[in-house]
Amino acid sequence: MDNAILPRNRAADPRMLEKKADWIRLETIRLVEIAKSGHYSSVFSCAEMFAALYYHTLRLKPADPRWPDRDRFLLGKGHAAIGQYPILAELGYFPEDWLDTYTRLGSPLGDHPDMNKVPGCDFSSGSIGHNLSVGVGMALAARLQQRDFLTWVMIGDGELAEGQVWEAAMAAGHYGLSNLIGIVDANGMGLDGNTEDVMNIEPIAAKFESFGWSTNEIDGHDMQAVLAAFDRAQQSDRPHMIVARTKKGKGVGFMETTPYWHLGFLGPADKAVAVAEIQERLDA
Amino acid sequence: MTIAELEKPLDPASWNIQTSMPKLTALTMSAELEELAERRPELVVLTADLASSNGLDSFQRRFPDRFINTGIAEQNMMSIAAGLAASGHIAYVSTFASFASLLCAEQVRTDLAYTRQKVRILSHHAGISMGFYGTSHHAVEDIAITRAMGHMTVVSACDGNAIRGLIRSTIDIDGPVYIRIGRGAEKPVYDAVPDFTHGRFRTLRDGRDATIIATGIGVKAALDAADILADSAPRLSVRVLDAAYIKPIDADAIRAAARETGAILTVEEHNPHGGLGGAVAEILAEGGIAVRFARHALPDEYALVAPPTHLYRHYGLTGDGIATALRTLIGR
Repeated sequence: MDNAILPRNRAADPRMLEKKADWIRLETIRLVEIAKSGHYSSVFSCAEMFAALYYHTLRLKPADPRWPDRDRFLLGKGHAAIGQYPILAELGYFPEDWLDTYTRLGSPLGDHPDMNKVPGCDFSSGSIGHNLSVGVGMALAARLQQRDFLTWVMIGDGELAEGQVWEAAMAAGHYGLSNLIGIVDANGMGLDGNTEDVMNIEPIAAKFESFGWSTNEIDGHDMQAVLAAFDRAQQSDRPHMIVARTKKGKGVGFMETTPYWHLGFLGPADKAVAVAEIQERLDA
Repeated sequence: MTIAELEKPLDPASWNIQTSMPKLTALTMSAELEELAERRPELVVLTADLASSNGLDSFQRRFPDRFINTGIAEQNMMSIAAGLAASGHIAYVSTFASFASLLCAEQVRTDLAYTRQKVRILSHHAGISMGFYGTSHHAVEDIAITRAMGHMTVVSACDGNAIRGLIRSTIDIDGPVYIRIGRGAEKPVYDAVPDFTHGRFRTLRDGRDATIIATGIGVKAALDAADILADSAPRLSVRVLDAAYIKPIDADAIRAAARETGAILTVEEHNPHGGLGGAVAEILAEGGIAVRFARHALPDEYALVAPPTHLYRHYGLTGDGIATALRTLIGR
């Protein structure tokens, strides 16, 4: 068994990472085809960040998914797990043919990730609002055990309407958890429309700063900016929140203009258009 | 305010949370956890601004690094405990039973039970033991709620020694444990820390004419009832079982009680639906066992306000109340 450790912040060509992001989009389209239903646009908004985390930033040991010193990644917006599974398979956490079973009876891979079924999944999610608290617990555990692993938690901007997020934010600030890094995938949309119309959660960064976090705000689709933000976050002396401004459905033109591709299914003609658009970038 | 000022002598008629704690002799969680923590470095304790009400401030003084106070944020506490447990700790969370089971039901189900974390929920002031604090502070649904969660173990302590015995016997269970605890004023049932066996009731008294299966404060009251029934005409010989484990439940003891005594009365400080009585009834019905059976629980309504002992009298959770219910059940 390959027992290699993938070191933190390993060298990665930004152009390669951008291609990984588009590959994640294609894989998401492929897996939704199996389920006949899935969260396309929620993955598309964070695909660049998934690529940067798994192929550059996180310290991982795919042959030993519960290695105590691995960096943790919690996906608070668990409905984007469909974009995480192909990465975990490619990194060797589980056989790639598991992907073909996505959502079928008895598959380890459901719409929301299950830590006890999916090697590489550090905590289950699905109920929005819990995972930042779980991340606080993991960061506290690292401190108690004097381990240097980092805990990353990606949450959605719609998720910020959940009160528990702010309980966790307050606790992380109170405990001064510099080993906890949050990412808000601020794609600006929930199921029912623009987050600012449904329930305004701005200004996001100022709110976290008032809770004792350092923050920075980036374009979450600009790979250089993402890499710089991920590097900077690790230098903070307090919990750090990256507010990543993103576009829901990014990368497929007709998905970028409406919230309704949060959940859906592409018929053959629309799928061909979407795949062609992504493939064109990959071939460029 | 300094500690010295806090500790200055009070008028004997005065009391506050700090001066009243020593009277709550049955709140033994801290003593047990302090002992266990000495040899179990992975043990951590969390509370949500209640350390001075549940006595865990003693643990905090002894193990400050392993004690986490989340402030009044119980749901956050449950999920933080999940993160600690997922990183190798055994986490003991503590709060009022109403908050642990109702406010946090989803965090307990999704973050602790579904994911099978080693988190132990010290759910104190269960039932109506908060008395005149009212329904917001009562927990009469918690057995039903936690019993319906997969991977969950549900235990219920009848006194201070039982709390210690249940904490001890469940420390290595794979998955969460709901530990139902009273307010700390329970009269002793056990004169030493009992050695509980996973999934087993404890027989406190044998008898031929009927069995009382009780849990929590019902256990001491059931023993009182057995005394009353033994001493008044017609004299009855009553078996008393402490249902310390509610899930998994002791099906063998239930079947034996039915077979050997012919009548079962369950006693609990809980809503009649889904609690201990329901769990016992499931075993009897599925076993096709015909037996005289009744549930002696609180009514399916929200309790009156009163001091707890007054409420127990009002709702018949006393020796007299249980004795009357048992005579009604068996018709003599």
